[in-house]
Amino acid sequence: MPDATKTQTETEAVADATAAPSAATGKTQDKPRSLWGDAWFDLRHRPMFWISSILLLILLVIAAFPGLFTGADPRDGDLTNHFLTKPELGHFFQPDWFGYDGQGRSIYARVIYGTRASILVGVGVTAAVTLVGGLLGMLAGYFGGWLDSIISRVTDIFFGIPFLLGAMVVLNAFADRKVYVVILALAFLGWTSICRVMRSSVITAKQADYVTAARALGAGTSRILFRHVLPNALAPTIVVATIALGGYISAEATLSFLGLGLADPTISWGIDIAEGSQAIRDNPHALLFPAGMLSLTVFAFIMLGDAVRDALDPKLR
Amino acid sequence: MTIMDKTADIPAPRSGGPDDARLLEVRDLHVEFHTRDGVAKAVNGVNYSVDPGETLAVLGESGSGKSVTAQAIMGILDMPPGKIPQGQILYRGQDMLTMSYEERRKIRGQKIAMIFQDALSSLNPVLSVGYQLGEMFRVHQGLSRKQAKAKAIELMERVKIPAAKQRVTDYPHQFSGGMRQRIMIAMALALEPDLIIADEPTTALDVTVQAQVMDLLKDLQTEFNMGLILITHDLGVVADVADKIAVMYAGRIVETAPVHELYKRPAHPYTRGLLDSIPRLDQKGQELYAIKGLPPNLLKIPSGCAFNPRCPKAEDICRTEIPALVPVSEQDGSELPGRGSACHFWKETIHG
Repeated sequence: MPDATKTQTETEAVADATAAPSAATGKTQDKPRSLWGDAWFDLRHRPMFWISSILLLILLVIAAFPGLFTGADPRDGDLTNHFLTKPELGHFFQPDWFGYDGQGRSIYARVIYGTRASILVGVGVTAAVTLVGGLLGMLAGYFGGWLDSIISRVTDIFFGIPFLLGAMVVLNAFADRKVYVVILALAFLGWTSICRVMRSSVITAKQADYVTAARALGAGTSRILFRHVLPNALAPTIVVATIALGGYISAEATLSFLGLGLADPTISWGIDIAEGSQAIRDNPHALLFPAGMLSLTVFAFIMLGDAVRDALDPKLR
Repeated sequence: MTIMDKTADIPAPRSGGPDDARLLEVRDLHVEFHTRDGVAKAVNGVNYSVDPGETLAVLGESGSGKSVTAQAIMGILDMPPGKIPQGQILYRGQDMLTMSYEERRKIRGQKIAMIFQDALSSLNPVLSVGYQLGEMFRVHQGLSRKQAKAKAIELMERVKIPAAKQRVTDYPHQFSGGMRQRIMIAMALALEPDLIIADEPTTALDVTVQAQVMDLLKDLQTEFNMGLILITHDLGVVADVADKIAVMYAGRIVETAPVHELYKRPAHPYTRGLLDSIPRLDQKGQELYAIKGLPPNLLKIPSGCAFNPRCPKAEDICRTEIPALVPVSEQDGSELPGRGSACHFWKETIHG
């Protein structure tokens, strides 16, 4: 079980950093630090970074192995015994911990099993957007000219489409809305901001003297682009991507809530929020728990993005 | 452009064929920049040449076209807005301006390398110096990471960086200015090129470090028998290192001379003005001399001699006719080898 060992090393790292900060500092002072080394050094001293990464780590483990956290079947509804049962907050990790929903299904089990869809959508959209937007932005920024004009105008057009409205229109065209369909729909509309950020930072980086120097020493275009321009232009993109990740997760929930995102039998917080909202006055728990999990996840990603931004921006130190 | 054609032959005797071709020869080079406000003529017919082991110093103010000429030679001019409407750049007799992109790229770094002015911004901040030095060998010679690192250490030792082995993994910002410039030099030297173009290599350094870096450059040049084009506006740097000097003004060469002759007897009022501008200890308390006025706007270069609005000796002919770069001779008519001046009144300037 690779994730369990990962958790262990991660917690050890936490322990190391907190128990012996002086030792850690001493070690890094000897070694030269690059921009990324510096950022890492800075990150390790931020509680915000640790809180968000531990939260995210737990969420990732839940997403990967929901069976570890609950024995209950999230699709098993028992209307006779459990119709809208109130939560038993003392029953940790039991099926009735968060109560039951309108169809007699364990809300705790549904919250646990719903994590995977949200994380997949968030990470998947971010990966796709960073790849496509990053590449297009890099090409536009580096080569300029007509290529830049075309890419920039296309970016403007896509930027003009309201994100959620556009996603609804696109998703409406699909009858069978699986996770990958939602990922593609959101990525299709979401790549523009990354593209713009990448373009502008590549334009800054390509004017640097070291790029001219590399050219004067005989480096080819691809080497200049990937070895000299990209590493110097990556930081803002990473920050924007991490912060946007939380936004994609909430976009998925919004779409599912509206009935245009994921659909049953996929388990998603958005779907549960939509269902829970129907009985909100008498039984708010059916809404609150999936909504709470959603907020927590988005919060963790945005907090991580913030921490990374602070670490990568030397002016904020 | 009849005047330029005449001048093309002046500075040095022409080479007969590819066998005795010079290491680098620039012939009647023109560079212009097309801007919104018009065409800025940065280089207007420059001729110079360098032989192996020889140092040519190109002297001039900011905007005189010395760096643009160097960029044109390296092929790193941004085109557009830059344009080379006319001229040849011959490397061992072959015109580089007609070569393909790949052919030129292979010359860069391996045959002709360049040292830049500001070493901090010319080194990539996110890569260690060892990586950047090793990159030269990995890209051009296909060495492995390990071999490249060993070579990088060797290079750093050659440019006298102390504790090279420990410092090879350091990043550019961890070095002092002088050490960074040494790394730039090491990078240019890596593949043992035939020609190095140093664009104000010591401008960003303090005086003591300047001397060290220039000495190092001179030693390495002698060791490898390289040609060196030293671009500078610092007359002090030039005196110790250069063999010959070309003084540029408004994109033209206004005077060429062997280094010591130039200091002794300048043959152009601009050169004289430059030499008089050097502060001298024995004139303490007096006002410092400066050439009056400003360098010309390259969009509107004055008619005739570009220097005429600032020249103390200017007469009517200077405002109408562009002076050609003509050979300078002694009063008795005996030749002064390697000397040329683009002044209508060079006789009065040198002998007067």
